[in-house]
Amino acid sequence: MSASESPVDNGVNVEALLGARQALTEMPAAGQFNWRATCSWVNGTHSKSTVEGFFGLGEEQKHRNTYTFEADHPEVFASEDNAATPVEIVLVGLTSCLTAGVAAVAQHRGIQLKSVDATIEGAMDIQGILGVDSDVRNGFSDIKVSYKIDADATEEELQALVAQSQKRSAVYDIVTNPTNVTVEVNN
Amino acid sequence: MSRCLADRSIDHVVLERGEVANTWKTERWDSLRLLTPNWQCRLPGYAYSGDRPDDFMAVSELVAFIEAYAEEISAPVISQTTVESVRPAQTGYTVETDQGSWAARTVVLANGAFGKAHVPAIADSVPEAIRQLTPGEYRKPSELGTGGVLVVGASATGIQLAAEIQRSGRAVTIAVGEHVRLPRIYRGRDIQWWMDAAGVLDERYDEVDDIVRARKVPSPQLVGTSDRVTLDLNTLTDRGAKLVGRFAGVNDGNAQFSGSLRNVCALADLKQVRLLDRIDEWASEAGLDSEVDAPERFRETVIDDAPSLGLDLNSGEIETIVWATGFRPDYSWLDVPVLDRKGHIRHDGGVVDAPGMYLIGSTFLRRRKSSFIHGAGDDASDLADHLVGFLDDALS
Repeated sequence: MSASESPVDNGVNVEALLGARQALTEMPAAGQFNWRATCSWVNGTHSKSTVEGFFGLGEEQKHRNTYTFEADHPEVFASEDNAATPVEIVLVGLTSCLTAGVAAVAQHRGIQLKSVDATIEGAMDIQGILGVDSDVRNGFSDIKVSYKIDADATEEELQALVAQSQKRSAVYDIVTNPTNVTVEVNN
Repeated sequence: MSRCLADRSIDHVVLERGEVANTWKTERWDSLRLLTPNWQCRLPGYAYSGDRPDDFMAVSELVAFIEAYAEEISAPVISQTTVESVRPAQTGYTVETDQGSWAARTVVLANGAFGKAHVPAIADSVPEAIRQLTPGEYRKPSELGTGGVLVVGASATGIQLAAEIQRSGRAVTIAVGEHVRLPRIYRGRDIQWWMDAAGVLDERYDEVDDIVRARKVPSPQLVGTSDRVTLDLNTLTDRGAKLVGRFAGVNDGNAQFSGSLRNVCALADLKQVRLLDRIDEWASEAGLDSEVDAPERFRETVIDDAPSLGLDLNSGEIETIVWATGFRPDYSWLDVPVLDRKGHIRHDGGVVDAPGMYLIGSTFLRRRKSSFIHGAGDDASDLADHLVGFLDDALS
Protein backbone atom coordinates (compact mmCIF):
# COMPACT_ATOMS: atom_id res chain seq x y z
CA MET A 1 0.00 0.00 0.00
CA SER A 2 1.37 3.43 -0.81
CA ALA A 3 1.12 6.22 1.71
CA SER A 4 -1.06 8.36 -0.55
CA GLU A 5 -4.00 5.96 -0.38
CA SER A 6 -6.64 6.40 2.27
CA PRO A 7 -5.98 4.52 5.49
CA VAL A 8 -7.22 0.94 5.68
CA ASP A 9 -10.36 0.56 7.75
CA ASN A 10 -11.86 -2.88 8.26
CA GLY A 11 -13.53 -1.74 11.47
CA VAL A 12 -10.94 -3.52 13.60
CA ASN A 13 -9.13 -1.56 16.28
CA VAL A 14 -5.72 -3.13 15.81
CA GLU A 15 -3.99 -0.61 18.07
CA ALA A 16 -6.25 -1.67 20.95
CA LEU A 17 -5.52 -5.34 20.25
CA LEU A 18 -1.77 -4.74 20.13
CA GLY A 19 -2.06 -2.68 23.31
CA ALA A 20 -3.88 -5.57 24.97
CA ARG A 21 -1.15 -7.95 23.82
CA GLN A 22 1.51 -5.73 25.33
CA ALA A 23 -0.44 -5.35 28.58
CA LEU A 24 -0.98 -9.11 28.85
CA THR A 25 2.71 -9.81 28.21
CA GLU A 26 3.45 -7.73 31.29
CA MET A 27 0.49 -9.04 33.34
CA PRO A 28 -0.26 -12.58 32.13
CA ALA A 29 -2.81 -13.28 34.89
CA ALA A 30 -5.23 -10.84 33.24
CA GLY A 31 -5.29 -13.15 30.24
CA GLN A 32 -7.20 -15.82 32.16
CA PHE A 33 -10.72 -15.80 30.71
CA ASN A 34 -13.69 -17.98 31.47
CA TRP A 35 -16.40 -18.21 28.83
CA ARG A 36 -19.86 -19.39 29.83
CA ALA A 37 -23.24 -20.33 28.49
CA THR A 38 -26.32 -21.83 30.05
CA CYS A 39 -28.59 -24.25 28.26
CA SER A 40 -32.17 -25.31 29.09
CA TRP A 41 -34.10 -28.13 27.55
CA VAL A 42 -37.36 -27.08 25.91
CA ASN A 43 -38.84 -30.25 24.48
CA GLY A 44 -37.62 -33.14 22.36
CA THR A 45 -34.25 -32.19 20.93
CA HIS A 46 -35.06 -28.49 21.20
CA SER A 47 -33.04 -26.39 23.65
CA LYS A 48 -32.38 -22.73 24.38
CA SER A 49 -29.00 -21.40 25.41
CA THR A 50 -28.10 -18.04 26.86
CA VAL A 51 -24.86 -16.14 26.88
CA GLU A 52 -24.53 -13.13 29.13
CA GLY A 53 -21.48 -12.82 31.35
CA PHE A 54 -17.89 -13.99 31.20
CA PHE A 55 -14.79 -13.53 33.30
CA GLY A 56 -11.72 -11.75 31.95
CA LEU A 57 -9.08 -9.09 32.62
CA GLY A 58 -9.29 -10.01 36.27
CA GLU A 59 -13.01 -9.33 36.74
CA GLU A 60 -16.54 -10.30 35.84
CA GLN A 61 -17.63 -8.88 32.46
CA LYS A 62 -21.03 -8.56 30.80
CA HIS A 63 -22.01 -8.55 27.14
CA ARG A 64 -23.90 -5.45 25.97
CA ASN A 65 -26.96 -7.66 25.56
CA THR A 66 -28.06 -11.11 26.56
CA TYR A 67 -27.81 -13.40 23.56
CA THR A 68 -29.90 -16.50 23.09
CA PHE A 69 -29.38 -19.44 20.79
CA GLU A 70 -31.83 -22.16 20.01
CA ALA A 71 -30.85 -25.59 18.79
CA ASP A 72 -32.81 -28.53 17.51
CA HIS A 73 -32.49 -31.39 15.08
CA PRO A 74 -33.98 -31.51 11.57
CA GLU A 75 -37.11 -33.36 10.54
CA VAL A 76 -35.08 -36.15 8.90
CA PHE A 77 -34.08 -37.03 12.48
CA ALA A 78 -37.77 -37.10 13.40
CA SER A 79 -37.35 -33.79 15.20
CA GLU A 80 -39.28 -30.56 14.89
CA ASP A 81 -36.47 -28.50 13.35
CA ASN A 82 -37.12 -25.44 15.50
CA ALA A 83 -33.54 -24.25 15.01
CA ALA A 84 -30.10 -25.12 13.64
CA THR A 85 -28.47 -28.33 14.81
CA PRO A 86 -25.66 -28.10 17.36
CA VAL A 87 -23.12 -29.31 14.77
CA GLU A 88 -24.14 -26.46 12.49
CA ILE A 89 -23.60 -24.07 15.39
CA VAL A 90 -20.07 -25.48 15.72
CA LEU A 91 -19.51 -24.72 12.02
CA VAL A 92 -20.89 -21.21 12.58
CA GLY A 93 -18.49 -20.81 15.49
CA LEU A 94 -15.51 -21.88 13.41
CA THR A 95 -16.24 -19.75 10.40
CA SER A 96 -17.15 -16.66 12.50
CA CYS A 97 -13.89 -17.00 14.37
CA LEU A 98 -11.86 -17.38 11.16
CA THR A 99 -13.66 -14.47 9.51
CA ALA A 100 -13.03 -12.20 12.50
CA GLY A 101 -9.38 -13.25 12.24
CA VAL A 102 -9.27 -12.46 8.53
CA ALA A 103 -10.49 -8.91 9.25
CA ALA A 104 -8.07 -8.38 12.12
CA VAL A 105 -5.04 -9.73 10.26
CA ALA A 106 -6.00 -7.74 7.15
CA GLN A 107 -6.20 -4.56 9.22
CA HIS A 108 -2.81 -5.28 10.77
CA ARG A 109 -1.28 -5.95 7.34
CA GLY A 110 -2.82 -2.87 5.74
CA ILE A 111 -5.20 -4.78 3.46
CA GLN A 112 -8.56 -3.09 2.79
CA LEU A 113 -11.34 -5.65 2.63
CA LYS A 114 -14.39 -5.04 0.43
CA SER A 115 -16.17 -8.30 1.02
CA VAL A 116 -15.44 -11.59 2.74
CA ASP A 117 -17.72 -14.57 2.25
CA ALA A 118 -17.13 -18.05 3.52
CA THR A 119 -18.89 -21.33 2.97
CA ILE A 120 -18.23 -24.03 5.51
CA GLU A 121 -19.09 -27.69 5.20
CA GLY A 122 -18.63 -30.50 7.67
CA ALA A 123 -18.78 -34.09 6.50
CA MET A 124 -20.25 -36.61 8.90
CA ASP A 125 -21.18 -40.25 8.80
CA ILE A 126 -24.18 -40.52 11.14
CA GLN A 127 -23.60 -44.23 11.62
CA GLY A 128 -21.39 -42.97 14.45
CA ILE A 129 -24.02 -41.13 16.47
CA LEU A 130 -26.64 -43.77 15.76
CA GLY A 131 -24.32 -46.47 17.07
CA VAL A 132 -24.55 -48.46 13.83
CA ASP A 133 -20.80 -48.77 13.44
CA SER A 134 -18.50 -48.23 16.43
CA ASP A 135 -15.53 -47.61 14.11
CA VAL A 136 -17.18 -44.43 12.84
CA ARG A 137 -16.60 -41.38 14.99
CA ASN A 138 -19.51 -39.23 16.12
CA GLY A 139 -18.01 -35.97 14.97
CA PHE A 140 -17.04 -34.52 11.63
CA SER A 141 -14.73 -36.60 9.49
CA ASP A 142 -13.67 -33.51 7.60
CA ILE A 143 -14.38 -29.77 7.58
CA LYS A 144 -13.89 -27.56 4.54
CA VAL A 145 -14.03 -23.79 4.54
CA SER A 146 -14.02 -21.89 1.27
CA TYR A 147 -13.44 -18.13 1.23
CA LYS A 148 -14.26 -15.57 -1.42
CA ILE A 149 -12.45 -12.36 -0.55
CA ASP A 150 -12.59 -9.09 -2.46
CA ALA A 151 -9.72 -6.93 -1.23
CA ASP A 152 -6.83 -4.75 -2.32
CA ALA A 153 -4.35 -7.61 -2.17
CA THR A 154 -2.64 -10.24 -4.28
CA GLU A 155 -3.78 -13.85 -4.34
CA GLU A 156 -0.74 -14.80 -2.25
CA GLU A 157 -1.49 -12.13 0.34
CA LEU A 158 -5.02 -13.48 0.64
CA GLN A 159 -3.72 -17.04 1.06
CA ALA A 160 -1.41 -15.79 3.80
CA LEU A 161 -4.28 -13.88 5.42
CA VAL A 162 -6.41 -16.99 5.66
CA ALA A 163 -3.46 -19.08 6.89
CA GLN A 164 -2.59 -16.59 9.62
CA SER A 165 -6.22 -16.38 10.66
CA GLN A 166 -6.24 -20.16 11.25
CA LYS A 167 -3.01 -19.89 13.20
CA ARG A 168 -4.54 -17.37 15.59
CA SER A 169 -8.08 -18.75 15.81
CA ALA A 170 -9.44 -20.11 19.10
CA VAL A 171 -12.20 -22.17 17.50
CA TYR A 172 -9.81 -23.58 14.89
CA ASP A 173 -7.60 -24.74 17.77
CA ILE A 174 -10.61 -26.16 19.63
CA VAL A 175 -11.71 -28.10 16.57
CA THR A 176 -8.27 -29.36 15.52
CA ASN A 177 -6.84 -30.29 18.94
CA PRO A 178 -8.08 -32.39 21.82
CA THR A 179 -9.58 -30.68 24.87
CA ASN A 180 -10.34 -32.26 28.24
CA VAL A 181 -14.07 -32.15 28.89
CA THR A 182 -15.74 -32.84 32.24
CA VAL A 183 -19.51 -33.19 32.48
CA GLU A 184 -21.12 -33.54 35.92
CA VAL A 185 -24.55 -33.52 37.47
CA ASN A 186 -24.76 -30.94 40.26
CA ASN A 187 -28.32 -30.92 41.57
CA MET B 1 34.26 -13.77 22.66
CA SER B 2 37.58 -14.81 24.16
CA ARG B 3 39.36 -13.51 21.06
CA CYS B 4 37.50 -10.18 21.22
CA LEU B 5 38.26 -9.79 24.93
CA ALA B 6 41.94 -10.61 24.32
CA ASP B 7 42.02 -8.00 21.52
CA ARG B 8 40.84 -5.49 24.11
CA SER B 9 43.36 -6.66 26.72
CA ILE B 10 40.66 -7.94 29.07
CA ASP B 11 41.99 -10.57 31.42
CA HIS B 12 39.64 -13.56 31.32
CA VAL B 13 39.22 -17.31 31.48
CA VAL B 14 36.95 -19.65 29.52
CA LEU B 15 35.39 -22.29 31.75
CA GLU B 16 34.56 -25.52 29.94
CA ARG B 17 32.76 -28.42 31.64
CA GLY B 18 34.43 -30.94 29.31
CA GLU B 19 36.80 -30.23 26.49
CA VAL B 20 36.73 -27.57 23.79
CA ALA B 21 33.66 -28.16 21.56
CA ASN B 22 32.20 -30.49 24.18
CA THR B 23 28.55 -30.46 23.11
CA TRP B 24 29.57 -31.15 19.53
CA LYS B 25 31.70 -34.07 20.67
CA THR B 26 29.31 -35.70 23.07
CA GLU B 27 25.69 -34.70 22.48
CA ARG B 28 25.08 -34.85 18.74
CA TRP B 29 24.18 -37.64 16.34
CA ASP B 30 26.80 -39.30 14.14
CA SER B 31 25.73 -38.04 10.72
CA LEU B 32 25.22 -34.40 11.71
CA ARG B 33 26.76 -31.79 9.47
CA LEU B 34 26.55 -28.03 9.72
CA LEU B 35 23.66 -26.32 7.93
CA THR B 36 26.00 -23.56 6.79
CA PRO B 37 28.54 -24.17 4.00
CA ASN B 38 32.24 -24.31 4.81
CA TRP B 39 33.00 -20.92 3.27
CA GLN B 40 30.65 -19.42 5.79
CA CYS B 41 32.56 -20.86 8.77
CA ARG B 42 34.19 -17.65 9.87
CA LEU B 43 35.33 -16.66 13.32
CA PRO B 44 37.05 -13.40 14.25
CA GLY B 45 40.41 -13.47 12.39
CA TYR B 46 39.89 -17.05 11.24
CA ALA B 47 38.10 -18.88 8.44
CA TYR B 48 37.76 -22.20 6.70
CA SER B 49 40.74 -22.67 4.39
CA GLY B 50 40.14 -26.13 2.93
CA ASP B 51 39.38 -27.07 -0.67
CA ARG B 52 35.65 -27.85 -0.25
CA PRO B 53 34.13 -24.40 0.32
CA ASP B 54 30.66 -25.49 -0.82
CA ASP B 55 30.53 -28.63 1.31
CA PHE B 56 29.36 -28.89 4.90
CA MET B 57 31.51 -29.81 7.89
CA ALA B 58 30.85 -33.04 9.69
CA VAL B 59 30.91 -32.77 13.45
CA SER B 60 34.44 -34.20 13.61
CA GLU B 61 35.65 -31.50 11.20
CA LEU B 62 33.88 -28.79 13.15
CA VAL B 63 35.45 -30.02 16.38
CA ALA B 64 38.89 -29.84 14.71
CA PHE B 65 38.05 -26.36 13.39
CA ILE B 66 37.08 -25.07 16.82
CA GLU B 67 40.06 -26.76 18.50
CA ALA B 68 42.42 -25.21 15.96
CA TYR B 69 40.87 -21.81 16.60
CA ALA B 70 41.26 -22.17 20.38
CA GLU B 71 44.91 -23.01 19.74
CA GLU B 72 45.42 -20.19 17.26
CA ILE B 73 44.09 -17.53 19.60
CA SER B 74 45.63 -19.17 22.69
CA ALA B 75 42.24 -19.05 24.39
CA PRO B 76 42.66 -19.34 28.18
CA VAL B 77 40.42 -22.40 28.38
CA ILE B 78 40.13 -24.19 31.69
CA SER B 79 38.67 -27.54 30.73
CA GLN B 80 37.03 -30.28 32.82
CA THR B 81 35.56 -27.56 35.00
CA THR B 82 31.81 -27.50 35.52
CA VAL B 83 30.20 -24.27 36.66
CA GLU B 84 27.89 -25.12 39.55
CA SER B 85 26.60 -21.65 40.32
CA VAL B 86 26.97 -18.02 39.42
CA ARG B 87 25.69 -15.55 42.01
CA PRO B 88 26.07 -11.84 42.63
CA ALA B 89 28.96 -10.79 44.86
CA GLN B 90 29.98 -7.48 46.44
CA THR B 91 31.69 -6.62 43.19
CA GLY B 92 30.68 -8.65 40.20
CA TYR B 93 29.96 -12.34 40.59
CA THR B 94 31.10 -15.44 42.40
CA VAL B 95 31.45 -18.39 40.05
CA GLU B 96 31.47 -21.73 41.86
CA THR B 97 32.86 -24.67 39.93
CA ASP B 98 33.69 -28.26 40.79
CA GLN B 99 37.31 -27.11 40.67
CA GLY B 100 37.06 -24.15 43.04
CA SER B 101 35.56 -20.69 42.85
CA TRP B 102 36.27 -17.58 40.86
CA ALA B 103 35.54 -13.92 41.48
CA ALA B 104 34.64 -12.16 38.25
CA ARG B 105 33.72 -8.56 37.55
CA THR B 106 31.88 -9.63 34.46
CA VAL B 107 30.41 -12.91 33.25
CA VAL B 108 29.59 -13.96 29.69
CA LEU B 109 27.00 -16.71 29.40
CA ALA B 110 28.24 -18.71 26.42
CA ASN B 111 26.81 -22.09 27.35
CA GLY B 112 24.69 -22.23 24.23
CA ALA B 113 21.07 -21.95 23.25
CA PHE B 114 20.85 -25.65 22.41
CA GLY B 115 22.11 -27.15 25.65
CA LYS B 116 19.14 -29.30 26.63
CA ALA B 117 16.79 -31.16 24.34
CA HIS B 118 13.26 -30.04 25.13
CA VAL B 119 10.66 -32.74 25.57
CA PRO B 120 7.00 -31.74 25.99
CA ALA B 121 4.98 -32.90 29.00
CA ILE B 122 2.88 -35.32 26.92
CA ALA B 123 5.95 -37.60 26.81
CA ASP B 124 4.98 -38.68 30.34
CA SER B 125 1.71 -40.12 29.01
CA VAL B 126 3.36 -42.31 26.38
CA PRO B 127 3.07 -46.05 27.19
CA GLU B 128 6.20 -47.43 28.81
CA ALA B 129 6.79 -50.06 26.14
CA ILE B 130 7.74 -47.30 23.72
CA ARG B 131 11.37 -46.20 23.73
CA GLN B 132 11.72 -42.43 23.82
CA LEU B 133 14.86 -40.60 22.70
CA THR B 134 16.00 -37.02 22.42
CA PRO B 135 18.34 -35.87 19.63
CA GLY B 136 21.02 -35.57 22.34
CA GLU B 137 20.76 -39.31 22.99
CA TYR B 138 20.13 -40.53 19.44
CA ARG B 139 23.26 -41.54 17.52
CA LYS B 140 22.27 -43.59 14.45
CA PRO B 141 19.37 -45.66 13.08
CA SER B 142 21.04 -49.01 13.74
CA GLU B 143 20.79 -48.34 17.48
CA LEU B 144 17.00 -48.27 17.20
CA GLY B 145 14.70 -51.27 17.15
CA THR B 146 13.48 -52.34 13.74
CA GLY B 147 9.89 -51.21 14.39
CA GLY B 148 8.19 -47.99 13.35
CA VAL B 149 9.55 -44.65 14.48
CA LEU B 150 7.53 -41.54 15.28
CA VAL B 151 9.66 -38.44 14.85
CA VAL B 152 8.03 -35.52 16.62
CA GLY B 153 9.02 -32.20 15.06
CA ALA B 154 9.79 -31.18 11.48
CA SER B 155 12.47 -28.56 11.84
CA ALA B 156 16.11 -29.15 10.89
CA THR B 157 16.69 -31.89 13.46
CA GLY B 158 13.40 -33.74 12.97
CA ILE B 159 13.57 -33.79 9.23
CA GLN B 160 17.21 -34.94 9.17
CA LEU B 161 16.64 -37.75 11.64
CA ALA B 162 13.41 -38.79 9.89
CA ALA B 163 15.29 -38.98 6.58
CA GLU B 164 18.12 -41.19 7.83
CA ILE B 165 15.87 -43.42 9.90
CA GLN B 166 13.69 -43.91 6.86
CA ARG B 167 16.71 -44.70 4.67
CA SER B 168 17.58 -47.44 7.16
CA GLY B 169 14.36 -49.20 6.19
CA ARG B 170 12.31 -48.33 9.27
CA ALA B 171 8.77 -47.01 8.82
CA VAL B 172 8.69 -43.32 9.74
CA THR B 173 5.80 -41.13 10.83
CA ILE B 174 6.59 -37.48 11.34
CA ALA B 175 4.44 -35.18 13.49
CA VAL B 176 4.56 -31.73 11.94
CA GLY B 177 3.97 -28.47 13.77
CA GLU B 178 5.00 -25.02 12.61
CA HIS B 179 8.19 -25.11 10.61
CA VAL B 180 10.31 -23.12 8.19
CA ARG B 181 10.88 -24.49 4.71
CA LEU B 182 13.95 -23.55 2.66
CA PRO B 183 15.54 -24.94 -0.52
CA ARG B 184 19.22 -25.85 -0.13
CA ILE B 185 20.13 -24.42 -3.53
CA TYR B 186 18.21 -21.55 -5.12
CA ARG B 187 19.01 -20.20 -8.60
CA GLY B 188 22.27 -22.14 -8.49
CA ARG B 189 23.54 -20.74 -5.20
CA ASP B 190 23.33 -21.97 -1.64
CA ILE B 191 20.39 -20.44 0.24
CA GLN B 192 22.86 -19.26 2.86
CA TRP B 193 24.75 -17.38 0.16
CA TRP B 194 21.54 -15.52 -0.75
CA MET B 195 20.64 -14.77 2.85
CA ASP B 196 24.18 -13.58 3.52
CA ALA B 197 24.48 -11.49 0.35
CA ALA B 198 20.99 -9.96 0.58
CA GLY B 199 21.68 -8.88 4.13
CA VAL B 200 18.96 -11.04 5.67
CA LEU B 201 21.42 -12.58 8.12
CA ASP B 202 22.65 -9.18 9.22
CA GLU B 203 19.20 -7.89 10.21
CA ARG B 204 19.48 -6.51 13.70
CA TYR B 205 17.38 -7.43 16.70
CA ASP B 206 16.30 -3.82 17.17
CA GLU B 207 15.15 -3.49 13.54
CA VAL B 208 12.69 -6.36 13.23
CA ASP B 209 8.98 -5.93 13.96
CA ASP B 210 8.63 -8.52 16.67
CA ILE B 211 11.89 -9.76 18.16
CA VAL B 212 10.18 -12.11 20.63
CA ARG B 213 8.59 -13.93 17.71
CA ALA B 214 11.75 -13.77 15.57
CA ARG B 215 13.72 -15.47 18.36
CA LYS B 216 11.21 -18.31 18.44
CA VAL B 217 11.47 -19.16 14.73
CA PRO B 218 12.61 -22.78 14.51
CA SER B 219 15.70 -23.90 12.55
CA PRO B 220 14.79 -24.15 8.88
CA GLN B 221 14.34 -27.52 7.20
CA LEU B 222 17.85 -27.83 5.81
CA VAL B 223 20.51 -30.49 5.66
CA GLY B 224 24.17 -30.05 4.80
CA THR B 225 25.28 -32.83 2.47
CA SER B 226 27.91 -32.97 -0.27
CA ASP B 227 25.25 -33.39 -2.96
CA ARG B 228 23.58 -30.19 -1.66
CA VAL B 229 20.11 -31.66 -1.86
CA THR B 230 16.97 -30.02 -0.55
CA LEU B 231 15.33 -31.99 2.21
CA ASP B 232 11.70 -31.13 2.82
CA LEU B 233 8.49 -32.91 3.73
CA ASN B 234 7.84 -33.78 0.09
CA THR B 235 11.21 -35.57 -0.05
CA LEU B 236 10.15 -37.66 2.93
CA THR B 237 6.62 -38.44 1.74
CA ASP B 238 7.93 -39.32 -1.75
CA ARG B 239 9.98 -42.02 -0.03
CA GLY B 240 7.00 -43.28 1.94
CA ALA B 241 7.02 -41.36 5.23
CA LYS B 242 3.68 -40.56 6.77
CA LEU B 243 2.88 -37.01 7.84
CA VAL B 244 0.61 -36.27 10.77
CA GLY B 245 -0.25 -33.04 12.59
CA ARG B 246 1.38 -31.73 15.74
CA PHE B 247 1.52 -34.34 18.53
CA ALA B 248 -1.25 -32.87 20.65
CA GLY B 249 -1.91 -35.45 23.35
CA VAL B 250 -2.15 -39.03 24.50
CA ASN B 251 -5.52 -40.40 25.52
CA ASP B 252 -5.71 -43.95 26.84
CA GLY B 253 -2.61 -45.00 24.90
CA ASN B 254 -3.78 -43.28 21.73
CA ALA B 255 -1.57 -40.56 20.31
CA GLN B 256 -3.66 -37.61 19.13
CA PHE B 257 -2.47 -35.47 16.27
CA SER B 258 -3.71 -31.99 15.49
CA GLY B 259 -5.94 -31.37 12.48
CA SER B 260 -3.81 -28.33 11.65
CA LEU B 261 -1.31 -30.14 9.39
CA ARG B 262 -2.68 -28.54 6.22
CA ASN B 263 -2.38 -25.04 7.64
CA VAL B 264 1.10 -25.36 9.17
CA CYS B 265 2.30 -26.60 5.78
CA ALA B 266 0.48 -23.78 3.98
CA LEU B 267 2.09 -21.25 6.33
CA ALA B 268 5.55 -22.67 5.61
CA ASP B 269 4.94 -22.84 1.84
CA LEU B 270 3.71 -19.24 1.75
CA LYS B 271 6.58 -18.03 3.90
CA GLN B 272 9.08 -19.72 1.63
CA VAL B 273 7.55 -18.01 -1.40
CA ARG B 274 7.77 -14.62 0.36
CA LEU B 275 11.46 -15.17 1.12
CA LEU B 276 12.19 -16.24 -2.47
CA ASP B 277 10.26 -13.18 -3.75
CA ARG B 278 12.47 -11.03 -1.57
CA ILE B 279 15.60 -12.74 -2.86
CA ASP B 280 14.48 -12.31 -6.49
CA GLU B 281 13.78 -8.66 -5.91
CA TRP B 282 17.19 -8.18 -4.34
CA ALA B 283 18.90 -10.17 -7.13
CA SER B 284 17.37 -7.88 -9.76
CA GLU B 285 18.35 -4.75 -7.87
CA ALA B 286 21.87 -6.10 -7.45
CA GLY B 287 22.03 -6.83 -11.21
CA LEU B 288 22.54 -10.55 -10.69
CA ASP B 289 19.77 -11.86 -12.94
CA SER B 290 22.15 -12.67 -15.81
CA GLU B 291 24.67 -14.39 -13.53
CA VAL B 292 22.40 -16.78 -11.71
CA ASP B 293 19.76 -19.29 -12.79
CA ALA B 294 16.16 -18.25 -13.42
CA PRO B 295 13.79 -17.89 -10.47
CA GLU B 296 11.84 -21.00 -9.56
CA ARG B 297 9.09 -21.96 -7.17
CA PHE B 298 8.90 -25.30 -5.43
CA ARG B 299 6.15 -27.85 -5.20
CA GLU B 300 3.63 -27.13 -2.46
CA THR B 301 3.80 -29.55 0.43
CA VAL B 302 1.71 -32.57 -0.47
CA ILE B 303 -0.75 -33.58 2.22
CA ASP B 304 -3.01 -36.64 2.18
CA ASP B 305 -6.71 -35.93 1.80
CA ALA B 306 -7.31 -37.17 5.33
CA PRO B 307 -4.11 -37.20 7.39
CA SER B 308 -4.25 -39.52 10.37
CA LEU B 309 -5.49 -37.88 13.58
CA GLY B 310 -4.63 -40.68 15.95
CA LEU B 311 -2.44 -43.71 16.43
CA ASP B 312 -2.71 -46.55 18.92
CA LEU B 313 0.63 -46.52 20.73
CA ASN B 314 -0.05 -49.99 22.13
CA SER B 315 -0.56 -51.57 18.71
CA GLY B 316 3.15 -52.13 18.09
CA GLU B 317 3.14 -49.91 15.00
CA ILE B 318 5.46 -47.48 16.77
CA GLU B 319 8.44 -48.83 18.67
CA THR B 320 10.42 -45.62 19.16
CA ILE B 321 9.59 -41.94 19.54
CA VAL B 322 12.29 -39.37 18.79
CA TRP B 323 11.48 -35.97 20.29
CA ALA B 324 12.90 -33.42 17.86
CA THR B 325 10.98 -30.72 19.66
CA GLY B 326 13.70 -28.17 20.04
CA PHE B 327 16.47 -27.32 22.43
CA ARG B 328 16.56 -24.99 25.40
CA PRO B 329 19.48 -23.36 27.17
CA ASP B 330 20.29 -24.72 30.62
CA TYR B 331 20.46 -21.98 33.26
CA SER B 332 19.90 -24.22 36.25
CA TRP B 333 23.24 -23.05 37.69
CA LEU B 334 22.50 -19.33 37.32
CA ASP B 335 21.56 -17.84 40.69
CA VAL B 336 21.05 -14.32 39.40
CA PRO B 337 17.46 -13.07 38.98
CA VAL B 338 17.55 -12.48 35.23
CA LEU B 339 15.04 -15.04 33.98
CA ASP B 340 11.53 -14.02 32.96
CA ARG B 341 8.48 -16.15 33.78
CA LYS B 342 9.10 -18.24 30.66
CA GLY B 343 12.67 -18.97 31.75
CA HIS B 344 14.25 -16.72 29.11
CA ILE B 345 17.13 -14.42 30.01
CA ARG B 346 16.13 -10.76 30.13
CA HIS B 347 18.60 -8.97 27.92
CA ASP B 348 18.99 -6.22 25.37
CA GLY B 349 20.93 -7.68 22.45
CA GLY B 350 23.07 -9.78 24.78
CA VAL B 351 23.50 -7.13 27.48
CA VAL B 352 21.83 -9.00 30.33
CA ASP B 353 19.62 -7.26 32.86
CA ALA B 354 22.30 -7.60 35.56
CA PRO B 355 25.39 -5.39 35.70
CA GLY B 356 28.39 -6.82 33.88
CA MET B 357 26.58 -9.91 32.62
CA TYR B 358 26.43 -10.82 28.93
CA LEU B 359 24.84 -13.50 26.80
CA ILE B 360 26.18 -14.81 23.51
CA GLY B 361 25.27 -17.48 20.97
CA SER B 362 21.50 -17.47 21.33
CA THR B 363 19.00 -17.24 18.50
CA PHE B 364 18.75 -13.73 17.01
CA LEU B 365 20.67 -12.29 19.97
CA ARG B 366 21.74 -9.21 18.02
CA ARG B 367 21.39 -10.36 14.43
CA ARG B 368 19.55 -13.03 12.52
CA LYS B 369 22.86 -14.91 12.20
CA SER B 370 23.63 -14.77 15.94
CA SER B 371 23.27 -18.51 16.56
CA PHE B 372 25.32 -19.46 13.48
CA ILE B 373 29.05 -20.19 13.69
CA HIS B 374 29.84 -17.04 11.71
CA GLY B 375 27.26 -15.00 13.59
CA ALA B 376 29.24 -14.98 16.81
CA GLY B 377 31.98 -12.67 15.57
CA ASP B 378 30.02 -9.43 15.14
CA ASP B 379 28.06 -10.03 18.35
CA ALA B 380 31.22 -10.79 20.33
CA SER B 381 32.84 -7.62 19.06
CA ASP B 382 29.80 -5.48 20.01
CA LEU B 383 29.47 -7.08 23.43
CA ALA B 384 33.21 -6.90 24.15
CA ASP B 385 33.02 -3.16 23.44
CA HIS B 386 30.13 -2.85 25.85
CA LEU B 387 31.97 -4.91 28.46
CA VAL B 388 35.05 -2.68 28.20
CA GLY B 389 32.81 0.37 28.67
CA PHE B 390 31.19 -1.25 31.69
CA LEU B 391 34.57 -1.95 33.30
CA ASP B 392 35.78 1.57 32.54
CA ASP B 393 32.67 3.04 34.20
CA ALA B 394 32.93 0.70 37.16
CA LEU B 395 36.55 1.60 37.74
CA SER B 396 36.27 5.35 37.33
